[in-house]
Amino acid sequence: MSIRVRNVSKRFLNFTALADVSIDVASGSLTALLGPSGSGKSTLLRVIAGLERPDAGTVELDGEDATPLSPQNRGVGFVFQHYAAFKHMTVRDNVAFALKIRKQPRDEIRERVDELLELVQLQGFGHRYPAQLSGGQRQRMALARALAAKPKVLLLDEPFGALDARVRLELRAWLRQLHEETHTTTVFVTHDQEEAMEISDSVVVMNAGRVEQVAPPQVLYDEPVNEFVMSFVGQANRFGDGWVRPHDLQITLDPNGSTREALVERLAHLGHEVRAELVRDDGERLTIQLTRERADQLELASGQIVYVRPTRETIF
Amino acid sequence: MRRLAVRYAALGYLAVVLLAPISMIFWRIEAEGVGKAWSALTEADTVHAFKVTLILAAIAVPLNTIFGVTCALAIVRRRFPGKGLLNAFVDLPLALSPVVVGLSLFLLYGRTGWLGPSINIQVLFALPAMVLATVFVSVPFVAREVVPTLREIGDEQEQAAHTLGASGWQTFWRITLPSIRWAVIYGVVLTTARCLGEYGAVAIVSGGISGRTETATLRVQDYYENLNQAGAYGISLALCGVALVVLAVMTLLKPKEGAA
Repeated sequence: MSIRVRNVSKRFLNFTALADVSIDVASGSLTALLGPSGSGKSTLLRVIAGLERPDAGTVELDGEDATPLSPQNRGVGFVFQHYAAFKHMTVRDNVAFALKIRKQPRDEIRERVDELLELVQLQGFGHRYPAQLSGGQRQRMALARALAAKPKVLLLDEPFGALDARVRLELRAWLRQLHEETHTTTVFVTHDQEEAMEISDSVVVMNAGRVEQVAPPQVLYDEPVNEFVMSFVGQANRFGDGWVRPHDLQITLDPNGSTREALVERLAHLGHEVRAELVRDDGERLTIQLTRERADQLELASGQIVYVRPTRETIF
Repeated sequence: MRRLAVRYAALGYLAVVLLAPISMIFWRIEAEGVGKAWSALTEADTVHAFKVTLILAAIAVPLNTIFGVTCALAIVRRRFPGKGLLNAFVDLPLALSPVVVGLSLFLLYGRTGWLGPSINIQVLFALPAMVLATVFVSVPFVAREVVPTLREIGDEQEQAAHTLGASGWQTFWRITLPSIRWAVIYGVVLTTARCLGEYGAVAIVSGGISGRTETATLRVQDYYENLNQAGAYGISLALCGVALVVLAVMTLLKPKEGAA
């Protein structure tokens, strides 16, 4: 099911959360809403779910205007950052909730819940209460619960934000896999650019209530439309009037016509890669990534004077 | 050492302020004669007084439970003009002396009051006014217990229920009410205790007619004024028994409320 958001605005008291936002989410895609906190990404997701009513604008689900519909009638699955587990219900009852509300026959509910618990690898946990689960397990339960009624759209609000790094990586890969199996149109909110780049087909970059750019991860990195996207997605150095990625700077030991002088301030050895922190003669700081071989070849050391030249520069 | 001192000071304070006067009742009943106290308790008018008290509680408690939960939901979950006022007014009965409540009802429904002349049924010196007085003084307890619990659980579970297809009503019965149930029960226990113990407001509006509009607490007063001290102590003892039951129920509920 496709999602079409048109000219949506939303204010909270004196804070503009969304300012005339329009996006299209293709049916069956996995889309990330990426932005710093306060950029409006969660509000946009909640507007799509119907949990927040926009001051202006429309939301279309599958070509039909869903703006006046309550969340109850939108047929979307929603996953909250802090799980929103029904604490007084067992895992089974949590997962079965949407099916019981729809008054489905008991046998069918049992079958579907078994299927979902297997999908989220919580077989054998059905009779536990949420308080007896780890964070990752709780979030998997919340996912199963959201998927129970076979929603046409799955919306996730910073789903892995409250989990520790290792569980985060696991669930991230698992979500991508789940999406490949079910092809449910999925939109998730994140402030972690790596997370967005790694699993989504399309990334919506948001800032201060506006959409800055919508593009596949690769395009976003290679062809950012403005300075915000350039600096928010991946690392970037200011270089004169333009911007340069850390791996698009070349270091040499001798000057030539187009190089600039810089002082090596610090070197960090990150396995195969070396990251050099440089200060240019005019005081501007640069971060440069180079291979270990290249660093060895140059015999780089902190305190050394080198010459840098961008191999690929972006000017806005 | 200091912790022990604090503990004994607190216990000592409670002993002097609460336990000593109450234990006097036991001691006096012994002195006056258990038989006399018992016969006062089984007198027709006393039995009737207890019945009246129970009827008042049976009406006021459900009313204030429904009102309290609704009011708490409005205070915590909704935004509307006058919310601050509602929040403050819920506590009014705690701040106001029951005698003043009784007097206001008297003025409102009396022969020269605003509503008195236009209502055909007997309000004052009858059950209606006593119900009004009891409801008034027991308003705050359920709302006061439920408000903090509602705040604490937040509204994410309710939002999740909505996205899963539940209506507002279904969400209330399946999600909200089970989450606040211990607070509601605790509030109901407190409300019941307040209703059973009410004296001042009811004393003014009921007229305290034996065998008709007399409640258990009014009966104590009645006996005491008529120098039937054994009777007064007997009923007091019965009310103490109710208080102990209430205390026991609350103690049983308290840890569960913390865990839920």
